[in-house]
Amino acid sequence: MKKKRIRTLVYHIVVFSFAAVMVYPVLWMIMGSFKTSNEILNSAQSLLPEKFLLQNYITGWQGFAGYSFGAFFKNSIFISTVATLGAVLSSSVVGFGFARCRFPMKNFWFGCMLLSMMLPFQVIMIPQYILFNRLGWVGTYLPLIIPQFCAQGFFVFLNVQFIKGIPVELDEAARIDGAGIFQIFGLIILPLIKSSIVTSAIFSFMWRWDDFLAALLYLNQPKKYPVSLALKLFSDPTSGSDWGAMFAMATLSLLPIFIIFMTMQRYLVEGIASTGIKG
Amino acid sequence: MTIKKKREQLVGYLFISPFIIGFVCFISIPMLLSLGFSFTKYDILSPPKFIGLENYITMFTQDPLFWKTFGVTMFYVLFSVPLRLLMALAVALLLVRPGKLSAFYRTVFYLPSIIGSSVAIAILWKRMFASNGMINALLGELGIQSSVAWLGRSGTAIWTLILLAVWQFGSSMLIFLAGLKQIPRYLYEAATVDGANWIAKFFKITLPMLSPTIFFNLINQLINGFMAFTQSFIITEGKPQNTTLFYVVYMYQNSFKYNKLGYGCALAWFMVLVVGGLTALLFLTQKRWVYYETE
Repeated sequence: MKKKRIRTLVYHIVVFSFAAVMVYPVLWMIMGSFKTSNEILNSAQSLLPEKFLLQNYITGWQGFAGYSFGAFFKNSIFISTVATLGAVLSSSVVGFGFARCRFPMKNFWFGCMLLSMMLPFQVIMIPQYILFNRLGWVGTYLPLIIPQFCAQGFFVFLNVQFIKGIPVELDEAARIDGAGIFQIFGLIILPLIKSSIVTSAIFSFMWRWDDFLAALLYLNQPKKYPVSLALKLFSDPTSGSDWGAMFAMATLSLLPIFIIFMTMQRYLVEGIASTGIKG
Repeated sequence: MTIKKKREQLVGYLFISPFIIGFVCFISIPMLLSLGFSFTKYDILSPPKFIGLENYITMFTQDPLFWKTFGVTMFYVLFSVPLRLLMALAVALLLVRPGKLSAFYRTVFYLPSIIGSSVAIAILWKRMFASNGMINALLGELGIQSSVAWLGRSGTAIWTLILLAVWQFGSSMLIFLAGLKQIPRYLYEAATVDGANWIAKFFKITLPMLSPTIFFNLINQLINGFMAFTQSFIITEGKPQNTTLFYVVYMYQNSFKYNKLGYGCALAWFMVLVVGGLTALLFLTQKRWVYYETE
């Protein structure tokens, strides 16, 4: 009995220390956002600030090129919200089509969807750029938002899995009661796949919030920058090296992710475990 | 009957139409266009000029940076992917036993993969590994005086990026945890009765039962590894001496900095072939090592 308790204790010491090492860098950054730049550079070994200062947040918030981080946050919230709405809506409609409708070449299209899941953005970024350039979309939010309205493979897959778990008898009962296919989708299936919709929404929002490459490609005026791109330019040596302010804005940029992560963790873990979505 | 059936089929297509439109407009057509552009000289301002295989010939015979960046990316993938998966598996095995703190541990280990690819963490990494950064300062506390500029030396810079990738093992860990929980307990009980020790149990039960999950993870991480961009672009900017210049960053530079979009398309297609080929190869070998339970 005693031996077992010692083993449990050793186990917790090992796992806990490893967990501490893993989060230490993030903690160090958050704490750094309350330090002076001088302290970050010259006593990097300490975690806690000598004195908690809010000055970095005030300085950092002023942003650059005449735009404050308030503007960049507004842009990020706008892009992420609209793109997420589009992705979630279209993916649930398409998911229903694959799970419940019969039509020719269904397997072919489902295969195409799986293929699109495997195909990374980087592969099609150049031709997509050429296309959007022709359409006159470069410099606007359209390239970041419109493709999201065309269903995202991972979310479609998640919805299909969920809908297949709902008994078909439910649809049939509704049909006997006179419901059409659109009513079956909207009134019966949609409320039942709430959980996969929430999971898709969380992932979509976090990915769009973090997205850097697409913003870098398509946006060319500071006025339109999302937080990710603004942060990169804010950290460029030409804008000075105020590490305190940089850490403050970096911490703020992660804040929405932290909040979603803490409150919605159950959905994230389920989503990952059931489909293998990357985090 | 036929009208009803026709209608049903039409409705099906109506439901999946957002996907078809997106797949045709934003994936298929761009892919075909890029194949076409890869045989041209194109700078977006003037119309593309057909030059046959010249882009590919230049790539293979006259562009040392093509081979360099391809090698750097391969090196990165070769180390970061197996290390990340090993770490994920090891920690999943540690966390699989239920306990009061396991949910807390899971959260902590998962956090880095949620935020790891963000610009914020890239900035943090830059400061951590600077010569007067956190890593050297902590080493100093341990009595190891170090002023190595980890990001500035050709031997160490790539390893900071690999470390960043390994740090994000959390999502793979969650997938492994889900896989581990699905292994029926009676297999282990039967093995215990037969007198098997934990090593035998691990290699004869856990690994084979988990192999489909490992396979799936491997392919996923392989593709992601080849696509790495932000890390190289922000943390090291390819420096020093291009030892951390990733293939995708080089592709980006050619296309959008030097306006050589035709060449960029050729680079992209080469990558599609390599990643596609590797994936196909893995699928071919899976019969040998991936165990699928037949029902």
